[in-house]
Amino acid sequence: MTAKISVQSVTKTFALGKDMFTALDQVSLDIADNEFITVVGPSGCGKSTLMNILAGLEEPTSGRALVDGVPVSGPGPERGVIFQQYALFPWLTVRKNVEFGLKTAGAGKAERRERAQHFIDMVGLGEFADALPKMLSGGMRQRCAIARAYAVNPSILLMDEPFGALDALTRVKLQEQLLDTWSQEQRTVMFITHDVDEAVFLANRVIVMAARPGRIYDVVDVDLPYPRSEDFRLSPEFAALRNRVWHSVYHQDGRTSADSGTSLPSPATARS
Amino acid sequence: MAVISEQTARGAKPRDRAGGRSRARVGGLPLLLNAVSVGLGIAVWWALALAGLKLPTPPEVVAQAITLIGNGTLGKDVLASLTRVLIGFALGTAAAVPVGFLMGWYAVVRGLVEPWIQFFRTVPPLAIIPLAIVLMGIGEAPKIFVIFLAAFLACVISTFQGVVNVDRTLINAARVLGAKDAGIFARVVVPASTPFILVGMRVGLGSAWATLVAAELIAAQQGLGFRMQNAQLYYDLPTIFVGLISIGILGLLMDRVLLMAERKLTGWQERR
Repeated sequence: MTAKISVQSVTKTFALGKDMFTALDQVSLDIADNEFITVVGPSGCGKSTLMNILAGLEEPTSGRALVDGVPVSGPGPERGVIFQQYALFPWLTVRKNVEFGLKTAGAGKAERRERAQHFIDMVGLGEFADALPKMLSGGMRQRCAIARAYAVNPSILLMDEPFGALDALTRVKLQEQLLDTWSQEQRTVMFITHDVDEAVFLANRVIVMAARPGRIYDVVDVDLPYPRSEDFRLSPEFAALRNRVWHSVYHQDGRTSADSGTSLPSPATARS
Repeated sequence: MAVISEQTARGAKPRDRAGGRSRARVGGLPLLLNAVSVGLGIAVWWALALAGLKLPTPPEVVAQAITLIGNGTLGKDVLASLTRVLIGFALGTAAAVPVGFLMGWYAVVRGLVEPWIQFFRTVPPLAIIPLAIVLMGIGEAPKIFVIFLAAFLACVISTFQGVVNVDRTLINAARVLGAKDAGIFARVVVPASTPFILVGMRVGLGSAWATLVAAELIAAQQGLGFRMQNAQLYYDLPTIFVGLISIGILGLLMDRVLLMAERKLTGWQERR
């Protein structure tokens, strides 16, 4: 089976004054259909740049990104994006926000309304369908953004630290809801985070990145079944994986991923 | 005065549940203070008039106002002045909004138009009056033209700022939901810059009104500015006062109307 998403030797450099800044250095990554990938790493490791390239909002300096075997050029409705800052249109109600992409796609009024309602109910915002974003809490706003991304029926969801601005309790709740939603409506997900717990809890596979230059440092398989709940979060397996990813993220000593496997606590590193 | 209290009242946190009630409580006090202040101002005026300053007393001014209303002079003057302001202001705004949008959206247009706008911004519209009178005669055209110019300059800068300030994330959100340039413009840029346009319109109305009176002082057969200029020749202080107060009240009323429009159109904004 060909990969749903294939990132092939992608390099991205920015001019930073007189210097060149390498946000991504020869990054390659394959993501299978319906896989849930999390990307975790220190700031400056290029994880958001990688997502923007897949979203079609930025172009790689060299290398290429393929979705379903086709090179990415510009944004497309098959790739839904969820931003950290929610990016809801503040002048539109929850319902109109969710209908936005459907309207662009030329869906009729009745169809828009029905589909929007379905996803609004799915994220539990039924009562707030006619509220403006300013009336919603951060968690509700992000749920609205998730409904909006789902509404256009993308096969891929790209999520850029979507829960980063939320408090710890809300974040845990939304993580569980996101997995619920994902199990109802399977999608290929790439989820960027700086939270190790979140990365392990959600993913089939955790990609650890390193900074300067931005590159893939480690890949950790989370070979544990869904649905995942609180029991999973408190299990020793979770703790072991969490430690493993923690070390990868916080004790990067300048080595590349190729020679990192030997000294790390868990041997279960399946590179893809 | 009431403008200030209005804004403090709206500064209340929108998500604060008690906001409605506390706002009403806070809102009542400034209104009372406004009334007290106006009352005190009139008392001081009256006292100064009685103390021998060459001012008409409030009753004299009211009596003159009644006379001027009774013989139709005030009505005709107000109508003449309002017509000039509204035509000039409407034309100025109607031209400013598209020009501001084009400047914000296309760098080429900005480069071509900006030097002219910056130049004419440094020339007070009143300084254009002599030129306008020589070129356009002493009819309505030169007056409406300078009012147009004043309203246009205030509004075009603000609209341009609004377009430039549109949140990139919202544009990206629209792009990943499949919107193309035209859709992004109509469904994101226009609503997002509406608050800026309305602020520009309010500033534009203020300077239109200021310019009008000056234009009428120089060459007119009718209008509030003309009436005051005429009264000056006859040392008719009560008429000058009636003119001043009429101008103030009309300006305030027009600003209220715009403020209402602003609240209706931009109520989605979160206010800090």
